[in-house]
Amino acid sequence: MSADPITEERAPYAPSERRLAREAYRRSRTRRSALIATASTLGVAAVLFLVITGSPGWPVTRKTFLDPHYAREALSPVLHGFVLNLELLAVCGPTILVLGLLIAAARTLRGPVFLPVRLLATAYVDFFRGFPLIILLLLTVFGVPALQLQGVTNDPILLGGAALVINYSAYVAEVFRAGIESVHPSQRAAARSLGLGYAQTMRFVVLPQAVRRVVPALVNDMASLQKDTGLVYVGGAIDAVAAAHIQVASSFNYTPLVVAGLGFVILTIPMTRYADWLTRRMDRRRAQGGIV
Amino acid sequence: MTVTAPVLRFESVRKAFGEQVILDDVSLEVPEHSVTVLIGASGSGKSTLLRCANLLEEIDDGAIWLDGEDVTDPRVDADAVRRRIGVVFQAYNLFPHLTVLDNITLGPRRVHRLPRAEAERRALELLDRLGLAAKAGEYPDRLSGGQQQRVALVRAIVSEPRVLLLDEITAALDPELVTEVLAVVRDLKEQGRTMVLATHEMAFARDVADQVCFLADGVILERGTSEQVFGDPQHERTRRFLSRLSEAGRL
Ligand SMILES: Nc1ncnc2c1ncn2[C@@H]1O[C@H](COP(=O)(O)OP(=O)(O)OP(=O)(O)O)[C@@H](O)[C@H]1O
Ligand SMILES: [Mg+2]
Repeated sequence: MSADPITEERAPYAPSERRLAREAYRRSRTRRSALIATASTLGVAAVLFLVITGSPGWPVTRKTFLDPHYAREALSPVLHGFVLNLELLAVCGPTILVLGLLIAAARTLRGPVFLPVRLLATAYVDFFRGFPLIILLLLTVFGVPALQLQGVTNDPILLGGAALVINYSAYVAEVFRAGIESVHPSQRAAARSLGLGYAQTMRFVVLPQAVRRVVPALVNDMASLQKDTGLVYVGGAIDAVAAAHIQVASSFNYTPLVVAGLGFVILTIPMTRYADWLTRRMDRRRAQGGIV
Repeated sequence: MTVTAPVLRFESVRKAFGEQVILDDVSLEVPEHSVTVLIGASGSGKSTLLRCANLLEEIDDGAIWLDGEDVTDPRVDADAVRRRIGVVFQAYNLFPHLTVLDNITLGPRRVHRLPRAEAERRALELLDRLGLAAKAGEYPDRLSGGQQQRVALVRAIVSEPRVLLLDEITAALDPELVTEVLAVVRDLKEQGRTMVLATHEMAFARDVADQVCFLADGVILERGTSEQVFGDPQHERTRRFLSRLSEAGRL
């Protein structure tokens, strides 16, 4: 043990043999994992391909569900229908998030004064979370016009959108509530002891943490909403699903439905990737660089 | 200090975060049954060094040896290494959803596969020695900071680790609780446990250390017994660090 390990100038750093060997080993591990992943993926794909194309009904199935001619023909009307799905998503999505947050906040209000609000919010969530969406859609789209109310729209798109908002905000409210309740009580105590009021505590301390935690769940609900916008076709609105149906009805070939289905998948992928990215970014911020 | 093979040995350890080199070339031996204290300014890399030893951070170069095994070799199973190391951090990191007893017995039962009764017997014995037996059924939220930190110590030693890494375990405590926790560390030293601790408690460092290391500029700038480092520092940087502390009344 030398008394003074470094009195003289240190040599500039150069990676040691050991480091280079380790890096080479890690690289070879990465290569190996990539190789295994590719091989197993190809293997599974090959097996699936053989099983499906080898099945006795394959030629007929392919003609009925995967006919390129019908696919091309359906493309334009289906894409046209998708505009409606996207419009519904663009309007209903934000409305649902805001409404859900308000309901969740109402459910967490403390104090006897707020009892009615709390009860109402709870009843709303309990009821609409249990009520099947398709029945709710049918009831709004056909029931509301039957009431013949003055000044209330009969537009199946607006009514269908309203049904989606009513149903989904009940779900989203529960997601927000779970987030709010997952914030440790000591955080509220810390905020209140700074002199922040209830609303300020929620706004500046609790909600930012709560929302961050539930982002993946919310994106999940939005992806699900995106698909469920297709249900408005029950009221006669021509969205992508309805457009595909019309094609099917005239040709008895189901390829247009497959096209529409794939369209929904393609729309959902960016959203799920975005959610993954958000989650990863938040994890990184929390993990403080540790591997754990 | 008995002359045996070191339990823990750092050999030219280098660790950078991006462009910022935190540990440049750190070499250090931790003999069995000895207490090594890391001192140094905030940001000098004490915590980073301990995290590297526990394989929470991957080192860039060099090696760390535990009982003669290079644990930084990528082929080594990190979990098996961590089983042989006990760690306590500044934030006690007790699991809030488990009682004190369950916090302590989680490792012995799930990792070391001890039967519940045996794990609890050991846990209660240690808790009793620290005057915490009455708290076994409590949840961490209902303990004081000092009590929580002592529970964290029990949790770290209950599986009989080869070496105990303690990172500023008193930094979040008031002076009275500091005394309480440091008494436990002294007790652990009496029992002959091997420990590496990072601390800003110089009086304690002086008292308990067999070996003191002053970290600066990514290296161990000065190393020796507490008499050597505190009494007769060789390096200008060490002298300045210590005199700043004594001006602040912390020496
Ligand atoms: N995950 C990380 N990513 C980037 N930089 C980091 C990370 N962890 C630590 N650092 C940096 O490494 C340096 C050393 O940090 P470290 O926590 O080891 O210091 P320390 O000696 O323990 O200080 P203190 O006495 O304040 O606890 C600091 O400059 C810190 O900003
Ligand atoms: Mg530190």
